[in-house]
Amino acid sequence: MPVDVEARVIRNTRLSSEYNVLALAAPEIAAATAPGQFVMVKLGRGSTPLLRRPFSVFEVLRTNGRVDGLTLLSKRVGVTTQMLFDAVEGDVVSCLGPLGRPYTPVDPPADAWMVAGGVGLAPFATLAEVLLARGTGVTLFYGARTARDLFYLDWFRDRGVRLSLATEDGSLGDHGRVTAPLERALAGAAGRTVMVYACGPEPMLEAVARLAAKYQRPSEVSVERVMGCGLGGCYSCVIPIRDGPKGHHYVRSCLGGPVFAGDQIAWDR
Amino acid sequence: MTDLSIQIGPLTLKNPIIAASGCFGYGVEYAGVVDLSLLGGVAVKGLFLAPREGHPPERIVETPAGMLNAIGLQGIGVHRFIAEKLPELRDRRATVIVNICGSTLEEYVELARILSDAEGVAALELNISCPNIKEGGITFGCSLTGTYDVVSAVKKVTPLPVIPKLTPNVTDVASFARASEDAGADAVSLVNTFLAMAIDVETRRPKLSNIVGGLSGPAIRPIAVRMVYECRRTVKIPIIGMGGIASATDALEFMIAGADAVQVGTANFVDPFIWTKLLDGIRDYLGRHNIARVRELTGTIDTTAREKEWISS
Ligand SMILES: Cc1cc2nc3c(=O)[nH]c(=O)nc-3n(C[C@H](O)[C@H](O)[C@H](O)COP(=O)(O)O)c2cc1C
Repeated sequence: MPVDVEARVIRNTRLSSEYNVLALAAPEIAAATAPGQFVMVKLGRGSTPLLRRPFSVFEVLRTNGRVDGLTLLSKRVGVTTQMLFDAVEGDVVSCLGPLGRPYTPVDPPADAWMVAGGVGLAPFATLAEVLLARGTGVTLFYGARTARDLFYLDWFRDRGVRLSLATEDGSLGDHGRVTAPLERALAGAAGRTVMVYACGPEPMLEAVARLAAKYQRPSEVSVERVMGCGLGGCYSCVIPIRDGPKGHHYVRSCLGGPVFAGDQIAWDR
Repeated sequence: MTDLSIQIGPLTLKNPIIAASGCFGYGVEYAGVVDLSLLGGVAVKGLFLAPREGHPPERIVETPAGMLNAIGLQGIGVHRFIAEKLPELRDRRATVIVNICGSTLEEYVELARILSDAEGVAALELNISCPNIKEGGITFGCSLTGTYDVVSAVKKVTPLPVIPKLTPNVTDVASFARASEDAGADAVSLVNTFLAMAIDVETRRPKLSNIVGGLSGPAIRPIAVRMVYECRRTVKIPIIGMGGIASATDALEFMIAGADAVQVGTANFVDPFIWTKLLDGIRDYLGRHNIARVRELTGTIDTTAREKEWISS
């Protein structure tokens, strides 16, 4: 059951001129969040911006083992993300959640391969923690435009996550898209049980889902559609889901997702 | 004790706060955040006879103090609604107002027949005002004879209160309220959304896949209040007002302009916990103004000093 929390900003960490990590005192939501779930966020009480915006929960914060907040990973693209970027300690952010269908964590001997594009890194900190606690081996395939846009590498490395990086300008890791190292790994993983998790731009999600299918591995992708309410009220955030070989029907990604099996989505619609 | 109940034909609503159609799913989606029995009514998402897929995304876009939508009435159709949603709404003691849409007059009549036989429907709201679909609906709502014909045809086949929902996309909305009253409507609800559009200037593409959509939210509130006011001066039947209500003050403004009850749509997206805040705010206002029954508030706008200016401007 989601709750609405007037969450105080604990700190705002700028990662670059575009990305920031906002820590919010919303322990009720943080403690109930499963990896891949999201919150609907609103800054200010006024009519601009009017609607809440969806954000994946990035980290669940703990002090001495007690959950005391959560963070959001944000890239400055619109009004709300600009406000998140500019927020200062003590500001208040309305935070409604946790919402949506989470990722399904796998157990050993299966390996977990997480594929992130840009700000699509967001759900993978909590997913990695849950997977590692189950003893599952975790690899993060992480792509961005340039090395300066790859964040939290030490955070993942320190916890025992293997990293496979790609940048479009070749400044770090593979030169090109993150799907290239992913395909190499899939091609070399004969006989291993692998679950592929993805979050990022939709063309990347489609490519990852197709690659996973090509190598006969299951995948789960987290989609981001324009969302009005997050609770199933408005029918704006729909995604085409396959009905047999040709047909499709629209499912609200706030309720049926945001995580879907990669082979459920009718990518050609 | 303040009396919040209001009367719509034979139907008594326990209070004047209703969830607006298309902004509250089928009601059951919100059962986890609000006790549905606390609401005066729940207007469910517009239903056709058959299931509908709706428009492709993008279906909404935010605009200054509002939003455009072109959902295209995606829905499960009346039969699945009765089988899958109505039992839960009944169990949760929701006062269910079913918003119905047809492509033809016969389809409205057929929907009214089917829903009259279903257990747990309190009233029918005739959606003759959806701006987002080509066929039917709005063609009735934009013609006085069309409005009259569909209301009287539905009235003939149902004992349920019939509430045509009027479009603001006409020159004189009050004449449509009059046509509805003449045809035997138990109440009218207004307004549906304003036909509007938004364009991305970088790509020169419309921001909605449907190109045009309906504007809702605080941006439309003053126009909607004016329309309720005009209708109150024209008809005697109850008026359910809506358009941008986001606080108890906004709801009271509509009632003072002439609404017996109000609906809240877009604001529920922003704050799904708004319902008790609205009810508390209205109770508080009535207490402060020593008004025992909310129905005494309807149409109490005091225009004695301003009337002349309004007419001459
Ligand atoms: C996303 C969305 C979907 C809607 N769907 C319907 C509908 O199915 N039937 C209907 O009569 N009105 C529909 N409406 C109109 C609302 O019920 C209401 O008349 C309008 O939004 C104005 O109220 P508001 O400003 O409080 O939202 C819809 C509005 C929105 C924003």
